[in-house]
Amino acid sequence: MIERTVQVGSPGGLHARPAALFVAAAAAAPVEVTIRTADKPAVPARSMLAVLALGARRGTEVTIAADGPEAEAVVDDLAALVAGDLEAETTDA
Amino acid sequence: MPDRLTGIGVSPGLAGGPVYRMPDPVTLPAAAPVSDVAAERKRATAALTLVADDLTRRAEAADGAAGDVLRAQAMMAADPMLSSDVAARVEAGTDAPHAIDEVFEGHRAAFAAAGGVLAERVADLDDLRARAVAACLGVPPPGVPDPGEPFVLAAVDLSPADTAGLDPARVLALVTEQGGPTSHTAILARAAGIPAVVRCAGVTGVADGTRITVDGGNGAVEVDVTAEAVASAREAEVTRRAALSTVTGPGRTACGHRVALLANIGAAGDATGDAEGVGLFRTELMFLDRATAPSFDEQVSGYGEVFAAWPDMPVVVRTLDAGADKPLPFLTQPGEPNPALGVRGLRTARRAPQLLTDQLHAVAAAAHTASARVKVMAPMVSTVAEAVEFAEAARAAGVTEVGVMVEVPAAALQAARLLEVVDFLSIGTNDLSQYTFAADRMAGELADLLDPWQPALLELIAMCARAGTAAGKPVGVCGEAAADPRLAPVLVGLGVTSLSMSAAALAPVRAALAGHTLARCRELAEAALHGAPPP
Repeated sequence: MIERTVQVGSPGGLHARPAALFVAAAAAAPVEVTIRTADKPAVPARSMLAVLALGARRGTEVTIAADGPEAEAVVDDLAALVAGDLEAETTDA
Repeated sequence: MPDRLTGIGVSPGLAGGPVYRMPDPVTLPAAAPVSDVAAERKRATAALTLVADDLTRRAEAADGAAGDVLRAQAMMAADPMLSSDVAARVEAGTDAPHAIDEVFEGHRAAFAAAGGVLAERVADLDDLRARAVAACLGVPPPGVPDPGEPFVLAAVDLSPADTAGLDPARVLALVTEQGGPTSHTAILARAAGIPAVVRCAGVTGVADGTRITVDGGNGAVEVDVTAEAVASAREAEVTRRAALSTVTGPGRTACGHRVALLANIGAAGDATGDAEGVGLFRTELMFLDRATAPSFDEQVSGYGEVFAAWPDMPVVVRTLDAGADKPLPFLTQPGEPNPALGVRGLRTARRAPQLLTDQLHAVAAAAHTASARVKVMAPMVSTVAEAVEFAEAARAAGVTEVGVMVEVPAAALQAARLLEVVDFLSIGTNDLSQYTFAADRMAGELADLLDPWQPALLELIAMCARAGTAAGKPVGVCGEAAADPRLAPVLVGLGVTSLSMSAAALAPVRAALAGHTLARCRELAEAALHGAPPP
């Protein structure tokens, strides 16, 4: 199991648009990814409802975990995404 | 032969087109036994997919923040956990609509329990649930209909949530069975420049697609009209708008008496029309949806942006107006038995004086570097002592022009004494109606009491205006009454010196003033004080 713990970087927390971007990235990953906070159990990172229900605000520590051959790269990428300011990203969608 | 319905015209203009009714809220039928589990599961997941696809399509068509919200909602609908939970319930014997309903209920409870921003998303979940259940039952989704052509929207009443995404390019007019002149529908329609009629009995009984015409001025709604009648209503509207736009420049009567026409705004980017300044800058926007008050620096830069948008023009800043329908977690207390009669407006400064002091200093600091002529006024003032205290605080902070709002009859009765201690009065007619007639602003059934033509309301306005004339100080109106082109000449006849309204209302009001001499305005005012109906 590969894990990375980072602080949420988006000003509004892991909410609305930042949550949508994170969940979309997790769903596209080749392995199953989970996310948890210090006080809430791990939930599937590709579940928008579960990720929102974590209620992670800016600065909340979240732990991203995955298993499997590509887990390390996936977890690193997703952790970097959460730690950055997802509200500042531009959308091309 | 067309039928004629009548309501109260609350946003002037003529419109014609097919009418479509706001769908009823989706209700769950009684639970049904499931005979074919596989088919039922397919029915449930197909409904979720339909909703997700529809939201994704709408997200792509919308831009900016609206698109982001829809995209996030689409991802909730497409959540793989959601469909697997629903499927599991169907396998256990629950029918598709109930399975969807129950799974959403679980998530709703989790969101509500988490509180904060998550609790605010409960409405999104409820909307998704209603859409998914509707898709499952094969009934129209809740929300504003989308017939694919411009249409007249009919509804029992419209909530802020219903109207948030209303597109004036698609919605020709609004007609509601309930609501009143100060209802959300009326305010929204005037702000957007959409003709609207409220309290129009029978309009929701008209079949979807029927051609109707709407006169938002006199409240007439003709049902089942010819295509020619629709075309002529549209032509008349084009002519009306063209006539409005020929009257330009500062507000004045036909004889040249000046009446400043100002804008009500909430932020720097709000439409300005060709207003001569800002008569009401609502500062609440910066304070809403937050856990703590904005910092001093944040306020200075926020106010500065607004002032920069109005160079060399007057800008009246209303200090924080919280409480009642605008609660703030760091300031107002929930659970007041009578919030409209509770600690709201300036009264919140009794509880948190520093918040007001900080705000006044931030306004003064922002005004210092701006060319706008910045004034401040306090909401919900009811005594001279309150006005004295506010004026002293404002002047100590460095704001030179200070006024108070007249929203409570007690303030109107003391208008002359208030003007001994402040520089101007601004009358908020919506609240003044509510408190004069002891009638809740949102109570559609009491619309007749909240009618701004009520002589008792006009008498209170007249008292303020007379006090202003005697003191040589300005008395403005910034409530919805100022935006009514038929009432504007009456207000001017009463002695009001400025009218402040949403940008879309400026042109009709400007044209109405240009069509009357001051002497005629005074005659109309005299008649209205005696209870004459609107001309």
